[in-house]
Amino acid sequence: MTKISGNSSKTGAGIAQLFSRVLQPYKYTPIISWLLGGLVAVIIEQFVGLSLARALGMYKIPALFGILFILDKPLLFTGALLYNILIYVIPITVVARLTKFLGNRLAAWLLTIPHIVSIVVHLGLLYTILHIWSEVSDYRLLVARLILIAIIVTLSLNVINGYMGEFSCSHPGFIALGAYATSVFTIVLFVDDNLFGPALLPISFGFLFFPIGLIIGGFVAALGAIIVAVPSFRTRGDYLAIISLAFMFIVKSLLENLEWVGGPRGMGSQPDWANLPTVFFWAVIAVWVINNFVKSTLGKALNAVRDDETAASAMTVDTRKTKMTAFLFGAFWAGIAGGLFAHVIRYVNPGTFGLTMLAEDLAMVYFGGLNSVVGSIVGAVSINLLSEALRPLEIYKWIVIPLMLILVMVFRPTGLISFREFDVMKLIEPKQEPKE
Amino acid sequence: MPLLHVKNMTHYFGGLRAVHDYNLKVEPGQICGLIGPNGAGKTTIFNLITGIYKPSEGEVILDGQNLVGYKPNVIASRGLARTFQNLRLWRHMTVLEHVKQARYSKITYGLAGAFFGTNLRITEEGENEHIAIDLLKLTGVLHFKDEIVTNLPYGAQRRVELARALAIEPKILFLDEPTAGMNPEELVQMMEIVRRVHAEIGMAIFLIEHRMKVVMDLCEMIQTLVFGELIAEGTPEEIRNNPEVIDAYLGKEVEA
Repeated sequence: MTKISGNSSKTGAGIAQLFSRVLQPYKYTPIISWLLGGLVAVIIEQFVGLSLARALGMYKIPALFGILFILDKPLLFTGALLYNILIYVIPITVVARLTKFLGNRLAAWLLTIPHIVSIVVHLGLLYTILHIWSEVSDYRLLVARLILIAIIVTLSLNVINGYMGEFSCSHPGFIALGAYATSVFTIVLFVDDNLFGPALLPISFGFLFFPIGLIIGGFVAALGAIIVAVPSFRTRGDYLAIISLAFMFIVKSLLENLEWVGGPRGMGSQPDWANLPTVFFWAVIAVWVINNFVKSTLGKALNAVRDDETAASAMTVDTRKTKMTAFLFGAFWAGIAGGLFAHVIRYVNPGTFGLTMLAEDLAMVYFGGLNSVVGSIVGAVSINLLSEALRPLEIYKWIVIPLMLILVMVFRPTGLISFREFDVMKLIEPKQEPKE
Repeated sequence: MPLLHVKNMTHYFGGLRAVHDYNLKVEPGQICGLIGPNGAGKTTIFNLITGIYKPSEGEVILDGQNLVGYKPNVIASRGLARTFQNLRLWRHMTVLEHVKQARYSKITYGLAGAFFGTNLRITEEGENEHIAIDLLKLTGVLHFKDEIVTNLPYGAQRRVELARALAIEPKILFLDEPTAGMNPEELVQMMEIVRRVHAEIGMAIFLIEHRMKVVMDLCEMIQTLVFGELIAEGTPEEIRNNPEVIDAYLGKEVEA
């Protein structure tokens, strides 16, 4: 192996080389070993986290890896960094390294039985990690759920803006429609509320109806999307962007002026049904369905329409149906996300679904990467964490995030991880070391 | 009965008459050519027949079915495939995806299959992949199958476009200047491929071409279009010796 040359002309290449050397022992580590490492880390945190945090000068466990301190109390951050290394980095890397062989054997064995088992095992591990991690504080639980919802939002927006390449600004409108429709459904049926009067059904088994409420929310959002989808047959690009922006404002003003859903005051008292397992479940379903769709020929038709509509229609692709599907499908998932969001926050008002939310959603899509499921997940997670870290800046965080977006657009115009296919089987299969 | 029958087709762009009283009969398996100077309306005729424009007057009948008034995707799925003069490929898609995409109208698994990955979808996608690979083999670009199409050399891009058009399983194939911008070597290869495709699949071909060598070699019947009107129609031999065609191409001799 070549040594890292000190006089390397490109520092970037040198850093990449350094990374590859550091990561060399981990190259063929299967994902299941990493998950086991994560599990060990969060269990350790559960037991010794608090005492370690106190020993390092913090009064409680740093909720989001200490990123909340960076701006607020910079002095504490070294402690948080040390905490991260001791609690997360070391256990994860050590366990991943130790279980590499075992993990590969396990992953290989899991593939000999129906693949769904392997997927469920991986997801189960992931959920367990998330569950234990978020048990530490309510704040973590809230952020975890909001990030999972953001993943659904980003993916659904990516279907329209990335896969179909139409710059749609109507997403907050779709989310609002979903949030309100689901909220009305659950509040009317199961909650004694001063807007809608006494509950029609007992709340005890209402939880089982929550998916129905969410799906209704999704369909209401999809219904609203027809208003944007029909003009998309005739216009493209800037004009459609303006139409979709208009749609967002229509929804917002409509909700502000409808007194029976609370008008500008909004609507509260949603039942607390959007707990972590529920949100996790829906996020997984969203990733699965959307990933299935964009990999099929019907989904690739979106790319064909984006790249050359004339050629697409000359190659038998029904462009109208394709556009309609993209808008309705994207809006449906935005509606689901809206319903979950309303039940996490347990309060909705029209002001939430405005330009700020639009900026946030667009930032997640364009930062993470167009036309990519992995990119959407990365974008949703990173922008959300960043946004939490910048919370002490209050409104000025909307200077920092757009600035980052500008930098990404300049250096990677299509986002961090764009135009990449997400292959679940490739992710969970054992990583074979090449035989020498 | 001819496979493709165009009767008295006329088209106006505003007040401009782009095509006047155009007629065409293509028999199954026949290779026909359309030649004419720049701006004669050749590509307009392609666009009119394939449904990108709707003809102002006239009839287009493919295999007994009327085509006028239908959208391009419907016309294409009835068995009329085409390529474009300046390549229209999807710049973010791989070669294999291009050919599979043209199987769109053959897909029966519907949105449910697309969303939930049903068994029907897996079978159909697999079958389409087989068909696509066969077509890429036929056009000689199989080794590029997982490349993004914009990374390919020009000649290979043309072949991908041809393979994509063939995936529709056309009864008739429209080629809009299949050798435009090619060097002599690529040109010979392209002609070879068109011949091979015709021999193997046996559909009718209707092509626009500027290079006389290509038209004269490939076509059984040639039409000459000047300013939107047909001035001659016949075998290559007849066209070659037709004084009107010579005039249109080389200009009239000035009488001394």
